[in-house]
Amino acid sequence: MAAGVAAWLPFARAAAIGWMPVANLPMPVAPAEKSKRQDELIILNVSGRRFQTWRNTLDRYPDTLLGSSEKEFFYNEETKEYFFDRDPDVFRSVLNFYRTGKLHYPRYECISSYDEELSFFGIVPEIIGDCCYEEYKDRKRENAERLMDDQEDNKDAKLPNMTFRETMWRAFENPHTSTMALVFYYVTGFFIAVSVITNVVETVPCGSVPNQKEVPCGERYTVAFFCMDTACVMIFTVEYLMRLFAAPSRYRFMRSVMSIIDVVAILPYYIGLVMTDNEDVSGAFVTLRVFRVFRIFKFSRHSQGLRILGYTLKSCASELGFLLFSLTMAIIIFATVMFYAEKGSTSSKFTSIPASFWYTIVTMTTLGYGDMVPKTIAGKIFGSICSLSGVLVIALPVPVIVSNFSRIYHQNQRADKRRAQKVQKARLARIRLSKKGSSTAFLHSKRNGLFNEVLELTHLPYKMNLSEQSSTEEEQQLSKSTSLLESQHHHLLHCLEKTTNHEFVDEQYYQQSYLEAGLQNYSSQSPSLSSQDGVTGTCCTRRSKKHHTPLPNASGPAHMPPLRHAHPRGLQELSTIHIQPLSTSRSSLNMRVDDAAPLNCQSSQITTAIISIPTPPVTTPEGDAHLPVGPAHQNVVKVSAL
Amino acid sequence: MGAVVGTLTMQTKQRRPSRDKADDDLEMTMVCHRPEGLDQLEALTNFNKRELQVLYRGFKNECPSGVVNEETFKQIYSQFFPHGDASTYAHYLFNAFDTAQSGSIKFEDFVTALSTLLRGSITEKLQWTFNLYDINRDGYINKEEMTDIVRAIYDMMGKYTYPVLKNDAPKQHVDAFFQKMDKNRDGVVTLDEFILSCQEDENIMRSLQLFENVI
Repeated sequence: MAAGVAAWLPFARAAAIGWMPVANLPMPVAPAEKSKRQDELIILNVSGRRFQTWRNTLDRYPDTLLGSSEKEFFYNEETKEYFFDRDPDVFRSVLNFYRTGKLHYPRYECISSYDEELSFFGIVPEIIGDCCYEEYKDRKRENAERLMDDQEDNKDAKLPNMTFRETMWRAFENPHTSTMALVFYYVTGFFIAVSVITNVVETVPCGSVPNQKEVPCGERYTVAFFCMDTACVMIFTVEYLMRLFAAPSRYRFMRSVMSIIDVVAILPYYIGLVMTDNEDVSGAFVTLRVFRVFRIFKFSRHSQGLRILGYTLKSCASELGFLLFSLTMAIIIFATVMFYAEKGSTSSKFTSIPASFWYTIVTMTTLGYGDMVPKTIAGKIFGSICSLSGVLVIALPVPVIVSNFSRIYHQNQRADKRRAQKVQKARLARIRLSKKGSSTAFLHSKRNGLFNEVLELTHLPYKMNLSEQSSTEEEQQLSKSTSLLESQHHHLLHCLEKTTNHEFVDEQYYQQSYLEAGLQNYSSQSPSLSSQDGVTGTCCTRRSKKHHTPLPNASGPAHMPPLRHAHPRGLQELSTIHIQPLSTSRSSLNMRVDDAAPLNCQSSQITTAIISIPTPPVTTPEGDAHLPVGPAHQNVVKVSAL
Repeated sequence: MGAVVGTLTMQTKQRRPSRDKADDDLEMTMVCHRPEGLDQLEALTNFNKRELQVLYRGFKNECPSGVVNEETFKQIYSQFFPHGDASTYAHYLFNAFDTAQSGSIKFEDFVTALSTLLRGSITEKLQWTFNLYDINRDGYINKEEMTDIVRAIYDMMGKYTYPVLKNDAPKQHVDAFFQKMDKNRDGVVTLDEFILSCQEDENIMRSLQLFENVI
């Protein structure tokens, strides 16, 4: 039940008068307002800043610090106020929660200090309002990740008992762990650079022999270059094999991008070794040499920035795709237009539309080589339009890519889809939770209420229970456990049950009874059953169900076989009530699981036997009619708790 | 060069102030209603000043604009009955509270009705209840109206009840009601029949006194 509507409870109860003429059964007793306390202001002094509010406002949430008796620990007798040595700024949000029923998260507040305050005041963060919940969750996730990163950095302390394999893997992944790893790191880096430079220099024409034309160095010093190449490939192969050996999951390692690059870098050499100087395949062999340039990508292991760039390009795939697509569209359009515009002119270079593609690309990217220029006036006009639009088309996706890069660089990125899914699921779960909370609170209190009434009625001289003291204590605790607001609300629901002559039960119980109703011919109760004893229509067919084992879920199946019989007086009747333990789950925000029905927590299963003893009829008819749902006769005796 | 232009355009974005038409509409719908003075209300109803203060604070908290429309009313009422669907009954209640049929309840309407229900005489309470049941305000309660009301009450119970709700439970209930209330067996219940029958029934009399100390 939300806080704000707590003030409307009197209205809801007054409106219940509309049910009265329809109901056929007497209504349960209204909860007595023990001390009609006038609404008073209480002062909350938080580190010097005084907040004032009505006492009722705080009572709306009895399962928090301020709403329960826990705040009495902070009461200052001299100044007659409650003093809390906490942050007053965050307390503002906390108090607003009581006032409005919505908890807000201020953006400027640090997430961990906010969490601390919330846990101090006993407020579950899940009830943060939808307006601030996204922000809260994002900040919380960031914080958790930061903590995890810090932990990982600390984890680099050398653990003893690491196998040689694990040490090697750690050395490969993080070169700063040991000197050996650092040396290895630099050596491989050096050899990558050497290999790349060799490939480049191979093609430079060096020193001309006078009688021949210039030859590239590669063909002049074939042996030297071959040796260099061999050395580099040796190193790379050894490195790859070592990584493969050390990897915790070899299959995963082989599939990773870096290892594929490694393989592609060294494969051409081996293929070249295997293949002889066959003229047919020499063309293919040359192509293979191109792949040697991939060795430069091995540098990405050494550079964080390269990795981020690669990741950015991968994540901006859609923008890049858009760029490509729009460019293609524009190229085709303009190429067609230029071709037809230049068709007329003589000796035009625009021989076909594909030939115009080259012109369009060069113009749109503002390169303008000048090898193809339009000569007709129409051609020139369209050519200028082409260059102008080129600027636009290319300028569009670039800022997106840039901002993506910066975003990735600054924070970890989770897949957006996964985040959206989680948020959606969590939101639905919260709504379900809060709804469930209020309905289970009623069922839960019905269980307690029955027990409470049983205890209350044992205040007669025929009490023979365990110990008088414990029962009164428990009774006090039980009565305190539900605030006045809740007891009034439950009384209202009780009246509704009486009006319709049906009871609220939880889902599980309903399924059960539904099945049973199908099995046996369950005749519907005649609603006009009424008698002096306050008997309700339901019979105690539940005796047969007492061996049903409950499930420990939040709603807690309630077995309340109400014992009511239209038995004439003078009959002894024995029924048992099975009260199952409540599961202490914090899912329901309104439920106070701690002190509710402490008797239940003592033993796993309590069986109370209730015997009705024949006694002279009750004193006043009013007393009779005001009997609650519980036992049929007033003089019910609780014999023992077995 | 294209990239340079691109990044430049990103920095120097011009923002034009948006003239949203929706903003204007929003301003017009924020009607604020202030109730009459405390003294007048005290004279009109059976509450004293303190009680009116408490009531108004709760009212204003939930409806800052000073009036309750039907949607809000249904939402508020549904919060008290999480098991079932309270919207139909809330609709009938709304019509009963909104005596002027204006589509919204002001604080005066709210407090007058509460005064009748909580502090009024038995006859006044019964009269109010009769108005609630008489959906079309023709002075008679016929079986259809009563069935609607009873069905709305049963809707509030929800699905998970014991014993399982049968489809004809409202009908049976209504039949029993008419059996009791319709004295001359003409198929409708008039105000006098209603008041008379209720006064004869002890249970009803007792339950009408139940909510006297609500405030």
